[in-house]
Amino acid sequence: MISPDRPRARHSALVRVTHWLMTLAFLALLVTGGEIVLSHPRFYWGETGNVNMRPWLNLHLPSSRDTVPTGYNYVLPDQNGWSRYLHFEAAWVLVATGLLYVIWGFFHGHFRRNVFPARADLSIKTIGSSLLSHCRFERPGEEEVWSYNVLQRVSYLIVIFMLFPLMIWTGLAMSFSFDAAFPAAVNLLGGHQTARSLHFIVTILLVLFLLVHVFMIVFAGFVTRVRAMITGRVVAPKD
Amino acid sequence: MSEISRRKLITTGLAAAASVSGIAVAAKLAQRHGLIPPDAATRYGTGETLTYAAQRVLGSHATAREFSRSQISEKPFANEVDPLGDEFKRLQDGGFADWHLAVDGMAARPTTFSYSEIKSFPKSSQITMIGCEEGWTYIAEWSGVPLSYILDRVGALPQVRYVVYRSFQKDWWESIDMADALHPQTLVATGMNGADLPVPFGGPMRLRVPRQLGYKSIKYLNRLTLTDNLKGFGKGTGGFAAEVGYAWYAGI
Repeated sequence: MISPDRPRARHSALVRVTHWLMTLAFLALLVTGGEIVLSHPRFYWGETGNVNMRPWLNLHLPSSRDTVPTGYNYVLPDQNGWSRYLHFEAAWVLVATGLLYVIWGFFHGHFRRNVFPARADLSIKTIGSSLLSHCRFERPGEEEVWSYNVLQRVSYLIVIFMLFPLMIWTGLAMSFSFDAAFPAAVNLLGGHQTARSLHFIVTILLVLFLLVHVFMIVFAGFVTRVRAMITGRVVAPKD
Repeated sequence: MSEISRRKLITTGLAAAASVSGIAVAAKLAQRHGLIPPDAATRYGTGETLTYAAQRVLGSHATAREFSRSQISEKPFANEVDPLGDEFKRLQDGGFADWHLAVDGMAARPTTFSYSEIKSFPKSSQITMIGCEEGWTYIAEWSGVPLSYILDRVGALPQVRYVVYRSFQKDWWESIDMADALHPQTLVATGMNGADLPVPFGGPMRLRVPRQLGYKSIKYLNRLTLTDNLKGFGKGTGGFAAEVGYAWYAGI
């Protein structure tokens, strides 16, 4: 039984600091990235794409450039200057913080202990029953304050080791100078415009993750969870 | 409240001191090796410096991807420019015979070249991609004289660190460092897709810098100035784009 008044350690300092830094960096990247998309709200496959060609995705949003025939009779103000600057600066923060978290995480057993699912939990039965209880909006039990459930673990691993690396890869693949030094970065993806489309698609996936993540936190107990991620300690509820 | 041990305090303090002095040393080295961009002192200058320095360290000699003839875009896009005016029209009507490219600044033999002279110089051609910061791209074949040939011809002095270049369009100017200026793919382009460079695409001549975004490949090129310091030009941030809030270095 947890003594009601004694706080217990939940998240280490490094997990907490990197978590919030990543949150800030991600939000900055999201807002500035969205702004940049508005200057050409269309996406193509392959190497080339411009208003003279057919996009696979037309967002039908107004644009900040009058050269894009959006069908709206107004043009949004151009914010690409500071947006691009901040986008790349936040990218540096994200990459540096992410590397710190991942390297530390491996060396200090954070992933082994707290994030990788136990082999036993990777069965259809466990994942299935976790999915089912989520779909039923069942309130999480006491033990979930102290340990990520299997769906959390799998989704966090996908975000950390697949989605964020893909964001960085597809982002760098759009840099002409980076491509000059490492042409495989863009060639493996299938071209400059494919890299751009993938960059956008993975953004949508990360936004979906963010929405579900925040909803789950609220559903599980916003104050307990966020306090634990700030102070590192859980104060067990009285009764 | 957890206890902070003396050991932790000392280690953290030492780490902080080491980091600060490490950054100071890195900044000094970066300065000496020309890795600080002219817009480093602006609000986002830190990120900008990291990007510029990292890309120069990783690949200052790397070549932009070149494509096959079959990949040339059937539908290139000519971004709109401000009206070029009567003087330009007059030059255009004369077949640009009176167009000149003036090269001045830190050169042993500052020269003004005519359009036909430029076209007579050894030609290089490339099938490369041009991309706008907005996100659109197309591939075309550009031909022209490498900028390095012109710099050699005018006797660029050894202390030159940047080439400032200007457009016929008033107030449109940019600059590049020597890594790009001397790069074999940086051209004064006079031809596109086998014909003379069309006016909407920058004809009679534009600069082509394929390792950077299109806004560095300015159209209607008519003047080059060789310099060792960008502070004396405009607001000192290296170009028109930087002065309206975009990055001087457009490698990313």
